[in-house]
Amino acid sequence: MEKRGLNKVDLIFEKVDSKEVLTKAYKMKSDEIIQQVLDSGLKGRGGAGFPTGLKWKYTAAVKEPEKYIVCNADEGEPGTFKDREILDKVAYKVYGGMVIAGKAIGAKHGIVYLRGEYRFLLPQLMKELESFHKMIDGIGYDFKINYCLGSGAYICGEESALFESVEGGRGEPRNKPPYPTTSGVFGKPTSINNVETLVTAMMIIRHGPESYSQLGTKDSRGSKVFSISGDTPTPGIFELELGMSVQEFVNEFGDGDTKAVQVGGASGFCVPRKKFAYTVIGFEGVPTGGSMKLFNSSRSMYNVLHNYLDFFAEESCGQCTPCRVGCQQLVKGVEKVKKGEVKSTYLNELLKLADTMKVASKCGLGQSVGNAFRTIVENFREEIIY
Amino acid sequence: MYHVGNLVKELSDKHGRSRESLMPILQGIVERHNYLTDEAMVEVAKELDISAADVYGTASFYTFLDTKVRGKYVIRVCKTITCSMKGKGEIIQTLEDMLKIKVGETTADQQFSLIETNCIGWCHKAPAILINEIPYTELTTEKIVEIIKGYMQKK
Repeated sequence: MEKRGLNKVDLIFEKVDSKEVLTKAYKMKSDEIIQQVLDSGLKGRGGAGFPTGLKWKYTAAVKEPEKYIVCNADEGEPGTFKDREILDKVAYKVYGGMVIAGKAIGAKHGIVYLRGEYRFLLPQLMKELESFHKMIDGIGYDFKINYCLGSGAYICGEESALFESVEGGRGEPRNKPPYPTTSGVFGKPTSINNVETLVTAMMIIRHGPESYSQLGTKDSRGSKVFSISGDTPTPGIFELELGMSVQEFVNEFGDGDTKAVQVGGASGFCVPRKKFAYTVIGFEGVPTGGSMKLFNSSRSMYNVLHNYLDFFAEESCGQCTPCRVGCQQLVKGVEKVKKGEVKSTYLNELLKLADTMKVASKCGLGQSVGNAFRTIVENFREEIIY
Repeated sequence: MYHVGNLVKELSDKHGRSRESLMPILQGIVERHNYLTDEAMVEVAKELDISAADVYGTASFYTFLDTKVRGKYVIRVCKTITCSMKGKGEIIQTLEDMLKIKVGETTADQQFSLIETNCIGWCHKAPAILINEIPYTELTTEKIVEIIKGYMQKK
């Protein structure tokens, strides 16, 4: 196997003079900002990958005096921890991205929704926010950012559940449409972006869309911060150019005995060793919000799958039946197969259930349980049965 | 049990009395008293002029807004895959032995509660726990004993 070094990038954590970038953005027209982000090819860094420029364009197009920028810092996907690091190290760039987004769509309010698990960061973040507010006032911006704190619910990372939570309710996802671009938090047009997306947008304004779109591939432009954990000698946070294969990734981060990589966390996809070489990490192959977990041959993929299913069964909001009952039945189902209480062909029935959940669930949680389920069951069937 | 006293009023003065103030108020009570009593939730309902069922409905949705009795120090052990792979089991065992309680229980003196939680975002430094809001990472059985001893002396 060809060994090629991965292209490490330093964009997200690079120190910048935010006053300079924000002064530049202040002089730009809203359309110009949106066009630059569109040209860069940036797609949302939280996992879903919606083009950021388009989201801003749609929200900007709505005629409504009150709009919101929401920063989604409810990073709950198992194996993802990059947003915490970004907030810890360069919160001023997150705020900067929000101000630029606000200018682009015509919003004066920003909300950062921080997961409860990261509450220890709040005092430091508030302090930085205070001096940040002073700095943008000086430039002439009319924009204020507030914090909302989560309380330990994975589902609140889903955009409409997050809005419900901000409004003081149970974090249950809403029906779509209407989409947040027309009716988001408090029923107002809202652009909700991931922490890393906002920082990237700010860096695109600083460096220009051309230099950004030179990185990566046609479908996955730019670089991405990866959260790497599991069986690896070098766990941690790495910013890498997109477009590498899983094999190239494993060559760099594996322990020499990697049998599978879970790309995109519990709601992502399991890639087995035999598919490493031709599976690309990105929107053309396996997408990820950053979570990369390596498993070596000492690990039981049954345990991995069971752990994920337990996670979903607990974190399902319980609102819609396919997800609520589906998650519970998948847990029970794989346990029965393992104990030999049912024939191994029962797994085929469970795969059908996972497919049903994909089409019938209300939100991304229930819709993506089948990703890990199918890719683990299909590639490691014997480990699930015996 | 505790008496919520003036806390609900203080928090409502600080965060406001509209519906979106509910979460910060409940979080404020939990920050002080570690869990929500029926009395506290009824008091919040009165202050915000919404039904107590509505307050309970919101509170019971969130795992960090406990409606069961919790100790002064709530220990949340991450049970998601990487922490599980890297020794979460030994951490739980050590904590159970030290505190003489099982997962889900609170010590008789109401100092410690031991619960498991889903991914807290420290997979690269597994195994990890939260004690109230403070994360402790890359734990070993020796390290966790020292940490808990520290908390025991605090009381």
